[in-house]
Amino acid sequence: MSENNAAVRLKGISKTFGHVAANSNVDLEIRHGEILSLLGENGSGKTTLMNMLAGIYYPDEGEIFIDGRPVQIRSPKDAFDNGIGMVHQHFKLIDVFTAAENIILGEEHTGMRINRKETVAKIREICDKYGFEIDFEKKVYDMNVSQKQTLEIVKILYRGANILILDEPTAVLTPQEAEKLFKVIKNMRDAGKAIVIITHKLQEVLSVSDRVAILRKGECVDSIATKDANEKILTEMMMGRKVDLNIERPDPVNPVKRLEIKNLSVRDREGNLALKDVSFVANGGEILGIAGISGCGQKELLEAVAGLAAVESGSIEYLPSGADAPTELVGRNPKQIRELGVVLSFVPEDRLGMGLVGSMGMSENMMLKSYENGNSIFLEQKAPRELAGNIKEELEVQTPDIATPVRKLSGGNVQKVLVGREIAAAPQVLMTAYAVRGLDINTSFTIYHLINEQKQKGVAVIFVGEDLDVLLALSDRILVMCEGRITGLLDARTCTKEQVGLLMTGGMEGGEQNGTN
Amino acid sequence: MAQTKTAKEPFVHVIRKEDTPMLKKWLIRIFAVVAALIVTGVLVFAVTGINPFKIYSSMITGSFGTPRRIRNTIKLMTPLLCLGIGLAPAFKMKFWNIGAQGQMLVGALAASFVALTFRHLPGGLLIPLMGLAGLLAGAIWGVIPAIFRAFWNTNETLFTLMMNYIATFAVMYSVDKWKGESSGFASFKQIAKNAVMPAVLNENFYICTAIVLLLVCLMYIYMKRTKHGYEIAVVGESEKTAVYAGINVKAVMIRTILLSGAVCGLCGFLTVSGIDFTLSSTMNNGFGFTAIVVAWLAKFNPFTMIGTSFMMVFFQNAASEISSMNANATEYLSYVISGIILFFLIGSEFFINYRLVFRKNHEKEGK
Repeated sequence: MSENNAAVRLKGISKTFGHVAANSNVDLEIRHGEILSLLGENGSGKTTLMNMLAGIYYPDEGEIFIDGRPVQIRSPKDAFDNGIGMVHQHFKLIDVFTAAENIILGEEHTGMRINRKETVAKIREICDKYGFEIDFEKKVYDMNVSQKQTLEIVKILYRGANILILDEPTAVLTPQEAEKLFKVIKNMRDAGKAIVIITHKLQEVLSVSDRVAILRKGECVDSIATKDANEKILTEMMMGRKVDLNIERPDPVNPVKRLEIKNLSVRDREGNLALKDVSFVANGGEILGIAGISGCGQKELLEAVAGLAAVESGSIEYLPSGADAPTELVGRNPKQIRELGVVLSFVPEDRLGMGLVGSMGMSENMMLKSYENGNSIFLEQKAPRELAGNIKEELEVQTPDIATPVRKLSGGNVQKVLVGREIAAAPQVLMTAYAVRGLDINTSFTIYHLINEQKQKGVAVIFVGEDLDVLLALSDRILVMCEGRITGLLDARTCTKEQVGLLMTGGMEGGEQNGTN
Repeated sequence: MAQTKTAKEPFVHVIRKEDTPMLKKWLIRIFAVVAALIVTGVLVFAVTGINPFKIYSSMITGSFGTPRRIRNTIKLMTPLLCLGIGLAPAFKMKFWNIGAQGQMLVGALAASFVALTFRHLPGGLLIPLMGLAGLLAGAIWGVIPAIFRAFWNTNETLFTLMMNYIATFAVMYSVDKWKGESSGFASFKQIAKNAVMPAVLNENFYICTAIVLLLVCLMYIYMKRTKHGYEIAVVGESEKTAVYAGINVKAVMIRTILLSGAVCGLCGFLTVSGIDFTLSSTMNNGFGFTAIVVAWLAKFNPFTMIGTSFMMVFFQNAASEISSMNANATEYLSYVISGIILFFLIGSEFFINYRLVFRKNHEKEGK
């Protein structure tokens, strides 16, 4: 029917995993020469839906039409044959190959040798056409995230994709890099390509796309032209109700020095220096935000304080409230740190891999750090069970039972369990890494609220975040990191997003220009 | 680009499912056994010409035919269950201890050595001493690979496997040596009377069975209710999480394998003192390996292992029973049968965890 310029038409697509309906009866149209934002909270089924176009999953029900003809996409190869290319959140590149080699890889050769010159010429043509900057001879392991992403896009274009799907493309980029990306995306659109951007960032949707399709709980709620939309409308469509989008920021409660880090250097598991000569102070009653592109040493910093990473040099001094002499934390393991009466609550980035035991229920996970309490050889089961019950109720954790293995819970609920446990330990220092990653807006606000509560109790909160808007709204001070160094310390109430972005790339303030590599 | 012909929907694709109801799980498993029996029936009939139903009934008489056979079934189950219990904490920790056989053999060797050296001691003293020796020997045999794994991250599967061969030949050597030289013992056929487990209801092994059943309860409590058991579960799930929780992973690993080896060593002692009354490198028929299946099928739950160890013994009895029926039906045929049944049973887990979706015929509605 509406044959206009639909590149892809999805009709009644459904996909279930176990009892969970990831997508149900989704209708969607993707058009040539248009940028479509696929907007939805995490877990709303955006990625699943696009994975069915890319041949990663096969739909349980429904039909896919490309340029009006029905197709079956059973594998990534089928997707490519139909001109569909997807850039996943985790790049699929080979580290030891050059850019050019990665692009050629996977291409079908019918017995012929690769004509390198011709290929490179073809790649160059693509780059020139859309404005990509790429060094063909650079190895992937020498590239930064933004360059890798560019390479992924060029790779897909080289293979003849007309329909491009980008999954959360800006999650790993600085604001400046994101701007650059949007420019090439617009060039591609003008050249007639159909482009889909999966995202949950509203500002991005408004600034780059032509049309927005909103998914909620696996269903496509609506699609509207971006020019008719604003943040408020989109959020309401996403959530299905009105939401207050302002993050509260109470004033710091009589800040006292709680943690002083001096000249700290830490090596990561590969033996590289991940943290270089870092010094700062975290105060009780204050939220210290840490900004930086992921992998810039934030993780190592938190792990070093928690006693999980081996410290190369430097010191971490801890001043519990009421004490007059600081305690040195370097050289102690997590257990000793606890036994000293030093309470560090740490919400690791990798929730199920580290903070929780997936096969255990909520109540057993509550014991993880306290199971040794008491002199009996038997586990104390009553207190953790009560705590689990309380957390389930207070934070509205969606789980059939506190004995249900936490791996069966959704990301947001898993995070609530973890944060709930950490806060229940009545910490003096609360460190969180990407505490709201993968959470819907509602749960995110619950977490922000919990963190603010801790701050008002006089806890020193260290908040490693990825969303600059949130960091700017929630923190009192912002520490910016780049490649294991601190590039700036800003007052979150007065600084701008651009300032932070510049510092994230090793920018000017402090005068030091870090060379890449 | 548009030259691709319309591909067909895949014939079948697999979907994961969760929370299959209990009743359905058991129906799937029962169906698997029935299907296996039909396949084996057809196979047996084709090869030997024996009526399959005669085979099925002889499988049952193999384990339950006479009171003696029932006693024999329990006698075989006892060491197998004991080894399964020994493996449970190691496997729960994802430490792939393939060395139960060796740990059992050194346990038996140590117990025999004590029985031989202190044969003048009264039984009340000698037997506990033998038990202690068996425990210690098994624990030491197990902990060697554990130490290497904890400190140098060696592969415990290969290491424990290799330790089995050393144990086997050490037992062969000792049997040979003790046969030649011992004065009180004409040959190393039987241990001294005072080293034999006292008989209850005319059977010496009943005490062993009682000890193993007690172990089942203790191990269940240890794994489910104690702090040690909790640490084992956390380490097994993720060493990273264990470190984060402040657990000393190396210590937990070594402690757990000490326990695992000790229980397997104890099994060696029980076999020498209460079941075989002698030492042999072929004792318990390679149960050290069968116990791996017992532990896995029971998902490391000690109580479920009573059932799985019974099942393995049942198959073994059925095997020897079938082999006596017909010249064509050798013992080996019956191993084929038990293999097929196990294959169906383990394979049925796939249908408990996944669902198959077949291509539907909707040519028409595609318009």
